[in-house]
Amino acid sequence: MKLRREMRRWPVCIALGFALSLGATGAGAKKKDKDEAAAVPYASTYKPYPGRPTALVGATVFDGRGGRIDNGTVLFAGGKVEAIGGPDMAIPDGYDRIDGAGKFVTPGVIDAHSHLGDYPSPGVDASSDGNEATSPTTPDVWAEHSVWPQDPGFTRALANGGVTSLLILPGSANLMGGRAVALKNVPSITVQGMKFPGAPYSLKMACGENPKRVYGSKGQKPSTRMGNFAVNRQTWLDAKAYADKADADRDLGKDTLAGVLKGEILVQNHCYRADEMALVIDMAKEMGYKVTAFHHAVESYKIADLLRDNDICSAVWADWYGFKMEAYDAIPENAALLAKSGACIIIHSDDENGIQRLNQEAAKAQADGRRIGIDIPDAQVVSWFTFNAAKAVGVADQTGSLEQGKMADVVLWNGNPLSVYSRPEKVWIDGALMFDALDPKRRPVSDFELGQPGEGDVK
Amino acid sequence: MSRCAIIATALAAVVLPFAAQAQDMAIINATVAIGDGSAPVEGATVVVRAGKVVAAGAGIAVPAGVQTIDGTGKWVTPGLFSAATDLGLWDVEAVDDSNDLEAEDSPFNAALDVVPALNPSSQHIAISRAGGVTRASVAPFNGKSIFAGQGAVIDLANDAAMVMKPRAFQFVELGEAGAKLAGGSRVAAHVALRNALREAKEASALPAGAQRQSDAMLTRADALALAKVLDGSEALYVGVERAADIRAVLALKSEFPALRLVLIGAAEGWLVASDIAAAGVPVITMPLRDLPAQFEMLAATQSNVGRMKQAGVKVAIGMFTGGNQPRYAPQQAGNLVALSKLPGAAGLTWGEAFAAISSVPAEISGFGGKAGVLAPGAVGDVVLWDGDPLELSSAPVDVWIDGVKQPLENHQTRLRDRYKDLDREYLPKAYDW
Repeated sequence: MKLRREMRRWPVCIALGFALSLGATGAGAKKKDKDEAAAVPYASTYKPYPGRPTALVGATVFDGRGGRIDNGTVLFAGGKVEAIGGPDMAIPDGYDRIDGAGKFVTPGVIDAHSHLGDYPSPGVDASSDGNEATSPTTPDVWAEHSVWPQDPGFTRALANGGVTSLLILPGSANLMGGRAVALKNVPSITVQGMKFPGAPYSLKMACGENPKRVYGSKGQKPSTRMGNFAVNRQTWLDAKAYADKADADRDLGKDTLAGVLKGEILVQNHCYRADEMALVIDMAKEMGYKVTAFHHAVESYKIADLLRDNDICSAVWADWYGFKMEAYDAIPENAALLAKSGACIIIHSDDENGIQRLNQEAAKAQADGRRIGIDIPDAQVVSWFTFNAAKAVGVADQTGSLEQGKMADVVLWNGNPLSVYSRPEKVWIDGALMFDALDPKRRPVSDFELGQPGEGDVK
Repeated sequence: MSRCAIIATALAAVVLPFAAQAQDMAIINATVAIGDGSAPVEGATVVVRAGKVVAAGAGIAVPAGVQTIDGTGKWVTPGLFSAATDLGLWDVEAVDDSNDLEAEDSPFNAALDVVPALNPSSQHIAISRAGGVTRASVAPFNGKSIFAGQGAVIDLANDAAMVMKPRAFQFVELGEAGAKLAGGSRVAAHVALRNALREAKEASALPAGAQRQSDAMLTRADALALAKVLDGSEALYVGVERAADIRAVLALKSEFPALRLVLIGAAEGWLVASDIAAAGVPVITMPLRDLPAQFEMLAATQSNVGRMKQAGVKVAIGMFTGGNQPRYAPQQAGNLVALSKLPGAAGLTWGEAFAAISSVPAEISGFGGKAGVLAPGAVGDVVLWDGDPLELSSAPVDVWIDGVKQPLENHQTRLRDRYKDLDREYLPKAYDW
């Protein structure tokens, strides 16, 4: 009855993958210092598609950083945001003018936690590539090497969710699951054609139930939470030794961990419980790295002050509850209580359906706060699925808000995006119109769906 | 809330099962949605007496002596009806000890009956109740057979008597999941189904104590349970998605005319909508599924419900299971209203969308006119909302079931109240309760 269990993402995330022999320390391994001078492998080949100079006029504009302009104007050209302002802003010649009266404009939506491409649709074993669940620490694997660009989920995230950038993470079977990759949500034959230019890598880590269950059930360490920490700490110590030794044989996993220790690679840590997050914060201090965001952090509300003081974002659902033990204390007011404490909030999906409605999840979390007297303006709520997500992915200098010079990743909604009755009408990525609800041909159809029932449907 | 008030509330929640009585009441000046598919009516009244709806709509006089509640600025609806859910069968889904969804190691299948496992004290019942859900049809999951067992219709009131109708339906899985359960193919699943119904017929015809045929594959209990499906006294809920699989299910009607079929899923239902409508078979589905999650769902689209509805199919929104909670039903319904504005898409009107989470699932579950609707004589399940119930910003303010005002506290609200502030200077949080 898997159709009736579609929301049960966590068992999918621990599905076993095929073992890959990476042989990182084999005879042909290069010395580490040589590699550091080498070109970045698997580099992005993404180039923005052509767009037209565009003026969105008369809409309510949420800039992604808490700003709101009623009857606003947004200008973009050459793939970049040129200016945003009020109704008096002059519109230069040569701009396509789009009437936004009654409509809303936001930055492109960003999902800081997705498995699209790694756990694509259809969900068959043959393309289930999100967990290298053969060792509790696999910092050597890179999610981008599993991404199937033809996953139809990318197209739904664009058309229904207005998603223009997303972070694809390895699953949570392992304590250290591997490198995550930031993508632009642009259809491409290759993953390199989707990679977000200049984005940093992230290391996916996981605490709690999943790693100890996956390996404990194999009679292997870790089988307990203390085992989780022991394996993590020893792995970090080994990585520190590697990082300090210039002539060490090249080790792919330790390359990743050394990158974290140098601050070049961000840490996205799957962690539900407050007490475990507090322990991870101390482990990061002990080992000399920083956690960028706790993901699925359903108990963040218990330690909102600690998270704020340590400048760690919480990437959360609005109101998922009780599906596993470490989600038993989840509450719908989590995001609002974080906002009250001044901590950073991201609404994430971890789900191929949820990614289509991040705006709606944020709206629910906002309303749950209002009912306990925490009023959070719409414009600030929009930052939960735009700027704050960009910050956690490490691309906030390039996208996530409507500011001059940033990528023209823009969504025109046919109503307030915090209403259930609103939908993306047009979505631009780097100034190129990639989705138009009013034009049946201006929507991507993956290779997989060609010639199959429902090809090109509204979905 | 003061500590005393919190304690009083908590005690009330414990004591209520013994103390609660239906109160006559009328809500006035509210926007009222009857639940029957009609548009909401502003400035309307709902009257409940002796646990039943007496009247609802505009221009209704409140009988003398009935307590009135001012609904100005608020909405009133019937309680939501969650069809084909797993509500009340687990505490933590991934904690096996707390989970009675399925019995993979049981020798029984069709005979399994959810009733003894239903737990009215489940947090999920309380949380769903606070979300406006007042009735549900609860289905088990498949263990190792295509037959999952028998589901029940329940209410979500804060009392012990939760079962409205035990053994209301049998659940059978066909399609991809059924193929796997039956040994590896759809072919095997269909043979298993027919053989089971044949054995059911034989078993029910035998005198007490008589020997069954030596090649019987079903336990006697399973065969007798299926006899009730065969004669139509229990509905047969069929899990199926692909258009071709739906046609194969509809064809069962000519072979077994008494079957009362209900399709669960039907992601490709829109491709065979006229066939489903002609067969008079209702559908319970999760509407926003728009991905080819399996090969049997290649044509999945959010317009599935709207297109089936246009073709005359009776469609309910349901299938809330696992992390996908019954309280999300209004969001699913609201999205279908949004679809009606999109070129090329098929959605629902507001009234139709609300009916799809109230009266339509009640009708499919055998409670037409009795639940999910504010009709005279229907159960007094009333929800007072702080706004448009399909809107993301809205939530129930008060919930009545059978005319009894319900407590809305639960584990989540207690955690919320404890952690509204993070002050732990004088005592640990553990003392704040």
